[in-house]
Amino acid sequence: MIELIVAERCTDCGACIEVCPANVLDPGTDGLPVLARVEDCQTCFMCELYCRADAIYVAPDCDRRVSVSREDVLASGRLGQYRRHSGWDEWAEHFPNEQWLMETVFRRAGEAAAQSRAERPEGLGGKK
Amino acid sequence: MSKLAAFPELLSITTDVLIVGGGMAGAWAATSAAQAGAKVVLADKGYCGTSGVTAAAGPGHWWVPPDPAAARDAAVANRIAAGLGLGEADWMYRILDQTWRTLPTLARYYKFGTDDEGRVNYRAVRGPEYMRALRQQVLSYGVTILDQSPVLELLARCDGSIGGARGQRRQDGSRAYRVEAGAVVLAAGGTSFLSHLLGSRTNTGDGYLMAAEAGAEMSGMEFTAAYTIAPAHSTMTRSMAYAFATYYDADGGELDLPFGPDQTVRLARALQRGPVYCTLQRLPDDVKARLHTISPNVPLVFDRWGIDPYRDRFEVTLHNDGTIRGIGGVRVHDVNGATSVPGLFVAGDNASREKVAGAISGGGNVNSAWALSSGVFAGTAAARVARSMKSRSAELTPLGRAGLRPHGRPQDIDVAATRDRVRAEMHPFDKNLFRTGAGLAASSQTLEDLWSEVANHGQAGSIALRETAALLATARWSVATAAARDESRGLHRREDYPARDPRLAARLLSGGLDQVWVALDRPSASAQPGQLETTS
Ligand SMILES: Cc1cc2nc3c(=O)[nH]c(=O)nc-3n(C[C@H](O)[C@H](O)[C@H](O)COP(=O)(O)OP(=O)(O)OC[C@H]3O[C@@H](n4cnc5c(N)ncnc54)[C@H](O)[C@@H]3O)c2cc1C
Ligand code: SF4
Ligand code: SF4
Repeated sequence: MIELIVAERCTDCGACIEVCPANVLDPGTDGLPVLARVEDCQTCFMCELYCRADAIYVAPDCDRRVSVSREDVLASGRLGQYRRHSGWDEWAEHFPNEQWLMETVFRRAGEAAAQSRAERPEGLGGKK
Repeated sequence: MSKLAAFPELLSITTDVLIVGGGMAGAWAATSAAQAGAKVVLADKGYCGTSGVTAAAGPGHWWVPPDPAAARDAAVANRIAAGLGLGEADWMYRILDQTWRTLPTLARYYKFGTDDEGRVNYRAVRGPEYMRALRQQVLSYGVTILDQSPVLELLARCDGSIGGARGQRRQDGSRAYRVEAGAVVLAAGGTSFLSHLLGSRTNTGDGYLMAAEAGAEMSGMEFTAAYTIAPAHSTMTRSMAYAFATYYDADGGELDLPFGPDQTVRLARALQRGPVYCTLQRLPDDVKARLHTISPNVPLVFDRWGIDPYRDRFEVTLHNDGTIRGIGGVRVHDVNGATSVPGLFVAGDNASREKVAGAISGGGNVNSAWALSSGVFAGTAAARVARSMKSRSAELTPLGRAGLRPHGRPQDIDVAATRDRVRAEMHPFDKNLFRTGAGLAASSQTLEDLWSEVANHGQAGSIALRETAALLATARWSVATAAARDESRGLHRREDYPARDPRLAARLLSGGLDQVWVALDRPSASAQPGQLETTS
């Protein structure tokens, strides 16, 4: 779930509020978006992709709150990591979108499984 | 329009075609309706571009080029065989063809990947980029997008045909809105019954409930027993890397869970015995090196938890896919998405996918080909209907009942507790995956009681209550249909009827609000619901 918006990075552009599918955030009185309904967060990381200031940290935990320290997150280099690896916006030239490899991986897994079945002694891994 | 002014709604729009839901199916429907010359409004509960299961994942489309023709024949023949009697070849050919024609037209907005041999790969797209591109395309056609605007109910003309919808602008002071339309396309997705399936939080089955209130029926609702692996406590139900996983029980003993069609069922049985751990050490090194550029959200989870998935053993779980990687939904009469209700079309996971997927999951290929194609077909057909309408001015009756207009005295409903009870019937393996007649009867009783409470006493006010009504309606159709299918077939598994029954090689329809019914879908038009009738 979304756990942190780093105040000094946030430019108050409002993008995260607008794009959050689960309507988790509200505009705050001091500019910074407020984590108003964290319990509704669907842990989809979309707000991170749309935050050009790399100010948002979503913890992968979807069924429990975790405490997240601002200092640790800032030091970890994980802010903006998803946007970067996705080749989003200014990162387009640096990280290619290799989604197309997915089917190859499944195919290789199928081949590997077939091969290991062939090598297995009788009785193991049969249909059950 | 003078009539409308009398309504309390603050925002009132008139259009040719209204699209409900802005995932893959809704966005393609909006594009096609606009291309056909219609004025289009698209309303999404969340944000068209990030909402829905398309956006958070990476849909690989069913993709078979037309040349050589034998390739498509083989793909369809395989799918017909795998579909165990419920698929239809004609429909499969139609979506293969439509997907192949349409997907590359997105190249203006989506940068399709190029493989190591320099060939463009169209079939596999990344969700966030795909939905961002579809939003840009939709806007380029002048479609009006209403984001953060859940549709709450359909509006009918006096002849029963659908003439619009009502909803709420949840980031605009919960202001009500109303769209009067020549035709409506429901593309509000499937539902995971609020499991932690990635991207599924806004999909609460609203499109099924609204269709049923308009008089449409469902098909294939028993096929909700699909589950997908994820690291425990995460939403990351993306299975690719697990094709190479090695599994262990709590004592460190290796489990025999080979990659293949019954891996999920075996994993579920292992999870019933205790926690299951896994490593991805066998993933080929070249894939490990590129995982973050294939599916960047997959390694992200491990990285943030400080887990090295290629060395460490981490706990895994299975999240229910409900009708999303399951296949039930509103029955479609025609490949163009027409329902039994005039003016109402369905597309994507809001529609039943039995005819294109058969009795097995459409995830991985068929589902997205269907979402795209059915969107294109339904959008085009809706535009045609809207354009052919002579007069629009008609009185419109709101159709919403449960969760909006109670039968009896309004009372407060504990929405969170009700949702948890729906989850408790639809997610556990012993209830929904390894089904028994007795277990389904018990689930049915629980769900009936919950439904009565919501339908009798739940009053308008919260979007969450209306969503809960939709979850309940969907769960009731699913349980009733599963109870009627006294056999095991594809995704539907009955422990008390482990074999397939050739007499049940047919689709099961379901529907009804206060009285749930189930009936065999007979090929002849004269068939009456009644054969397998169950009221629960
Ligand atoms: C993790 C994952 C991976 C998958 N991978 C594949 C794959 O590789 N290949 C494949 O073929 N299929 C795959 N699938 C299935 C495929 O993604 C879906 O079948 C497809 O995305 C469905 O598109 P849709 O537009 O019908 O639904 P969605 O994309 O879910 O869109 C539904 C939209 O409706 C909106 N909505 C809901 N209720 C309302 C309301 N009341 N008012 C207004 N709007 C509303 C939602 O906010 C959402 O935006 C995958 C599914 C998952 C979960
Ligand atoms: S998207 Fe980022 S910069 Fe914009 S308001 Fe949200 S946190 Fe602040
Ligand atoms: S992770 Fe998804 S649901 Fe949660 S706040 Fe961000 S965008 Fe919203």
